[in-house]
Amino acid sequence: MADPLLKIEDLCAQVAGKEIIKNFNLTINEGEVHAVMGPNGAGKSTLSHVLTGKPGYEVTSGHVWFKGKDLLKMSVEDRAREGLFLIMQYPVEIPGVPVTSFLKHAVNAQRQYNNEPELDTMEFIKLLREEAKKLGIDAEMLKRPVNVGFSGGEKKRLEALQMTILKPSLAILDEADSGLDIDAIKVVSNGVNALMNEHRALLIITHYQKLLTYIKPDFVHVFADGHIVKSGNSSLSEEIEQNGYAAYTKEQ
Amino acid sequence: MSDKAEIKQIIDESGDKYKYGFVTDIDSDTAPKGLSADIIRLISAKKGEPDWLLERRLKAFEFWQTMTEPTWAKLAYDKVDYQDLYYYSAPKQKVAPKSLDEVNPELLKTYDKLGIPLKEQEVLAGVVAVDAVFDSVSVATTYRAKLAEKGVIFCSISEAIREHPDLVKQYLGSVVPYTDNFFACLNSAVFTDGSFVYIPKGVRCPMELSTYFRINAKNTGQFERTLIIADDDSYVSYLEGCTAPQRDENQLHAAIVEIVVLNNAEVKYSTVQNWYPGDKDGKGGVYNFVTKRAACRGINSKVSWTQVETGSAVTWKYPSCVLQGDNSVGEFYSVALTNNHQQADTGTKMIHIGKNTSSRIISKGISAGFSNQTYRGLVRIAPNASNARNYSQCDSLLIGSTCGSHTVPYVENRSKTAQLEHEATTSKISDEQLFYCRSRGISEEDAVSLIVSGFCKEVMQQLPMEFAIEAAKLINISLEGSVG
Repeated sequence: MADPLLKIEDLCAQVAGKEIIKNFNLTINEGEVHAVMGPNGAGKSTLSHVLTGKPGYEVTSGHVWFKGKDLLKMSVEDRAREGLFLIMQYPVEIPGVPVTSFLKHAVNAQRQYNNEPELDTMEFIKLLREEAKKLGIDAEMLKRPVNVGFSGGEKKRLEALQMTILKPSLAILDEADSGLDIDAIKVVSNGVNALMNEHRALLIITHYQKLLTYIKPDFVHVFADGHIVKSGNSSLSEEIEQNGYAAYTKEQ
Repeated sequence: MSDKAEIKQIIDESGDKYKYGFVTDIDSDTAPKGLSADIIRLISAKKGEPDWLLERRLKAFEFWQTMTEPTWAKLAYDKVDYQDLYYYSAPKQKVAPKSLDEVNPELLKTYDKLGIPLKEQEVLAGVVAVDAVFDSVSVATTYRAKLAEKGVIFCSISEAIREHPDLVKQYLGSVVPYTDNFFACLNSAVFTDGSFVYIPKGVRCPMELSTYFRINAKNTGQFERTLIIADDDSYVSYLEGCTAPQRDENQLHAAIVEIVVLNNAEVKYSTVQNWYPGDKDGKGGVYNFVTKRAACRGINSKVSWTQVETGSAVTWKYPSCVLQGDNSVGEFYSVALTNNHQQADTGTKMIHIGKNTSSRIISKGISAGFSNQTYRGLVRIAPNASNARNYSQCDSLLIGSTCGSHTVPYVENRSKTAQLEHEATTSKISDEQLFYCRSRGISEEDAVSLIVSGFCKEVMQQLPMEFAIEAAKLINISLEGSVG
């Protein structure tokens, strides 16, 4: 059997001296959809930040293997070029930089990394327009500066478009906080579902079971006290929907 | 090849960030060091100038001796020893060249190396005419015949003094009098060459006009003088580029640009200033003390200054518009980028005198490294300038935490009907923005240049296409090493 796509071993990580991830273990194979669920404030987002390499998060011990490579030794940009994509909960605004040129830089950085010829502007715009159309994104939106003045739904559309264009091996959908915008989630779910195949995988980080009615997970994990306390299939998320997280948190 | 890769290559090839830092080995005809009435007489004689001009020079020199160097700008630099400079240096040439074939091949090579081909057939298929100023003298002006068909005069100022004395006498010093300021006064006494443009009535100049300034000789001040006259109903777009060799000593550059815009005429003046900024520890570099001013003298006159400033160790520069004619319009679009130990005190003045005059100021300052930058702008509305309008927007972007940015807007309004708007922002490239870009595979350096280009976009859009690409590359090169 091939290497797992992602293998997290005994990972411990801290933020500002506070340990948030404690002895976390998870293996994701190609073709699988995993959901990590947990109460608000449990540090679920920390997991996505540590995996993508966001500055400010310190890994104190453990290993993460991505396609057999030591992920934690890679720069943020190389992780992305290798095929890791984070669908952000709160994408930031980049004034003055149109979506088109932003994405062209991203695509060509990835192509350069993979020793593929870079796309010229015409080739890229053609590709971008086709993919945008599939996601119901107006060509006008591609000319606007990245996320500037975008509605919540538009921001998610752009995240989905970026994912579609960059075709990651592993997408992480971070919707850790409460306050889901259902319309926005539908957009993202459509994008994710269209992209999924036997070679790609998805890690969903969420609080609400609701999201999982749009993207069906193969595995559901309950995250509490810095690690996974229970794993199961999609019926586990239904159980949580009914009984909440009380049974899994120490405090209660 | 991507822009980035191309820039990398440029940097690698030159072995340094500043690719224009080479010195041309050429025999120069140089006047003795120092400044005196005799030196001024010598310069004037070498140029075969008429008496009236020599008298003006001497008058300016006399006045200059009573002036003191301004200290109000937020700039700290070693005092210039004006007696320790050469005021005239010209590449040796036996006789004045009649055509490019007679120009010293070393000089042609220099401009070629700078990316400024002077052979006409190579100059962008006839869209740009170039005047090249090397140290103190103009070495070549291209496309003169084609321009002459339209009656456009584009030549060195020395030549204009000889060939078109009436125009020069009428307009030279009429926008920036020698009494204006310390550096302008010095220039009026010792200016050596520069460009002259006259666009006749009703003519739309068929190509972009461009001057390329190059300081080569050591310890030589460059004092160019540019005079542009746009007669009624005319239009011209003028580009100016500047570079200097890399030297440990500071080089002085004190230029004057005067623009006269008559009824319904329009002048667009674009500058990409890339004088040597000094090394990363702040050693060497050009002192750029420049007075640029346009007088909109007619009805519906329009002038637009666009500048991208990445060079010089010290910049003191306020391109201004005097809006005398009714309905005249002044615009100032600026990107100033300072890195390492560069200092810039720059901005504009909009003087509203005529009725219904309007002005627009868009200033974008980017500071990185240990640099310091000040936007200093004046908007003055005279009592009779009814319905004057001004819009000012001054944005600053800081990269890192060791640089400084300051905004000093002065507003003097004496009219009840004026409408003035001012917006200012200061921002930093946020960690969140950098992370967002990097998490999409974009390197940190590319991310910074993307964010910076987004920040400057409004100004870059004002530049002619060819220039805009050049300017964007310059900004990227100047940002090298500002992150990480």
